[in-house]
Amino acid sequence: MRLAIRTPAFIFFSLAMPLVFLFTFCGLFGRGRPQAIPYLLASVLALTVMGSFWGLSLQLVTYREMGILRRFHLAPVGAGEMLASSILSNYLLTLPTVVLQFLLARWVFHMQTWGNLTGAFVMVTLGTVTFAALGLIVASVTETAQETQIINNAFWLLFLFLSGSTLPLPLFPGWLQKVAFYIPATYLVTGLQNVLVAGTSVLHLGADLLSLSGCAVLAFIIAQQLFRWDPGQKAPRRARLLAASTIIPFLLLGAWESHRGSLRANAQSNFQSMERRVAPEDLPH
Amino acid sequence: MSSPVIQVENLAKNYGSVEALRGVSFEVQEGEVFGLLGPNGAGKTSTVEILEGLRSADSGSARVCGLNPLEAGLRFKEEIGATLQSTALPEKVRVREALAMFSSFYGRRRNIEDLLRRFGLEEKRNAFYGQLSGGQKQRLALALAIVNEPRVLFLDEPTAGLDPQVRREIYDVIEELKQEKKTILLTTHYIEEAERLCDRVAVVDYGKVIALGTPRELKQRSAGTTRIEVRLARAPLDGVLGKLEGVTTCKQVEEAWVLHSTRVPATIVALVKQLENDGNELASLEISSPSLEDVFLELTGRKLRD
Repeated sequence: MRLAIRTPAFIFFSLAMPLVFLFTFCGLFGRGRPQAIPYLLASVLALTVMGSFWGLSLQLVTYREMGILRRFHLAPVGAGEMLASSILSNYLLTLPTVVLQFLLARWVFHMQTWGNLTGAFVMVTLGTVTFAALGLIVASVTETAQETQIINNAFWLLFLFLSGSTLPLPLFPGWLQKVAFYIPATYLVTGLQNVLVAGTSVLHLGADLLSLSGCAVLAFIIAQQLFRWDPGQKAPRRARLLAASTIIPFLLLGAWESHRGSLRANAQSNFQSMERRVAPEDLPH
Repeated sequence: MSSPVIQVENLAKNYGSVEALRGVSFEVQEGEVFGLLGPNGAGKTSTVEILEGLRSADSGSARVCGLNPLEAGLRFKEEIGATLQSTALPEKVRVREALAMFSSFYGRRRNIEDLLRRFGLEEKRNAFYGQLSGGQKQRLALALAIVNEPRVLFLDEPTAGLDPQVRREIYDVIEELKQEKKTILLTTHYIEEAERLCDRVAVVDYGKVIALGTPRELKQRSAGTTRIEVRLARAPLDGVLGKLEGVTTCKQVEEAWVLHSTRVPATIVALVKQLENDGNELASLEISSPSLEDVFLELTGRKLRD
């Protein structure tokens, strides 16, 4: 954790960039519309949480390239412990940024409700672990930091534009909404919107919780199986296939959501919350 | 006699079409400092990394403290300490933090303050790893290697790339560890290191042990001979130096000719006569007792750092 704090790139990606997202989203679309803030905050939180996908994979590959992991391999530390500790430290570093975003949304942008805070805590926790574990899978199949960055960018753009975190899901054409059902980030975004906008209880976050926790467990197990300490050790042929299998829960869930349509309905209702009229006494003075 | 702490039997390892190890065998006893001496690419690091559990062998067997390094898991790691050929740590970790972090991985731990003192790192305790000099990094690597009071220590080229003064500092540290009766396996391509630190040495070349014994025993392979190194104004005629009186071996090493002679005065007289006859001149002449370098030269026809 200390190492991360001493790295300027970490400060930029984990603190500065999430705050830029908050001020841009809420400043542009939430000014004078406090009813829109929970919806916008959900998007900002999703982007913050998804940031863990980036940081960990790049750090792990860099450490492997530099031979730092080899030194750790000489000590009685297993791959699972290495991965779990890096996910945990990443999570503990994400939490203060999330808290700050909540407080700024309230103080600066006059958010009127906190939503379901327990639900938000659960979604942030699960989201951070899931996206960190997905990042670790990328690290397990790439050889160099450059290659990792290219793959991370490709996934990041997918998460950014198809999950509903930047462009609201209800604005997508029907076929694109169906594509979004197959993307892990969509469940994080809709889950956060549900708890912040609709105040949904954790117990009613079934699909979102199930998909994220299933993905987290699967991604962690696969990352552990494919973990490499040595820069000279190449990823086995089966690695890419195994890594790709992380998408299986989302294929199943996507098919189910396409059939059921509740995710689309929730997204629509949450989006409309931005347009709800607010009682004059609730408006900021 | 107790069973050896390190047992290596017929170890073989290929990297693609390159045969890195071609049947390496040796044993190291408790409390012994054992050196693997050989040029770069001889197979030293591959051998050590198999013993550390970082690599698998294609065939043969390796046991450390009676354990198979690859199969014994975390219990094995508690027994060993090691410095890699190039130890790397995160640039922004502080010296004390690195020691505390690695110490936390083990059940058996040394006092970190003692380690800082012993390795001359007290003043650098709060320095970032990236700010340390090469010698300080290597001292930290050694401190990390013994943070768990290991029974066996692997030191892979512990002084490679360091200047002579720092190298001598590292020798002092290793000699202290030797006094603690630690079992140490070190690899080196420095003759001085092997002669000064090792109880026994295995000379390794092209993935094979080509000679094994104490430095004294190895040097006795050239017993009764004296090393004469000559430089001439012009290249000598083919084979004439080898036929001089008393000469047992003759090899060209870079621009010099190294002769081993059983009768030095007679060889020198014969050499001077021969050069006069050939119209050649002596540029320099050095006489010395044979070193491990000569043993390596005799065995392989090459200098150690070729």
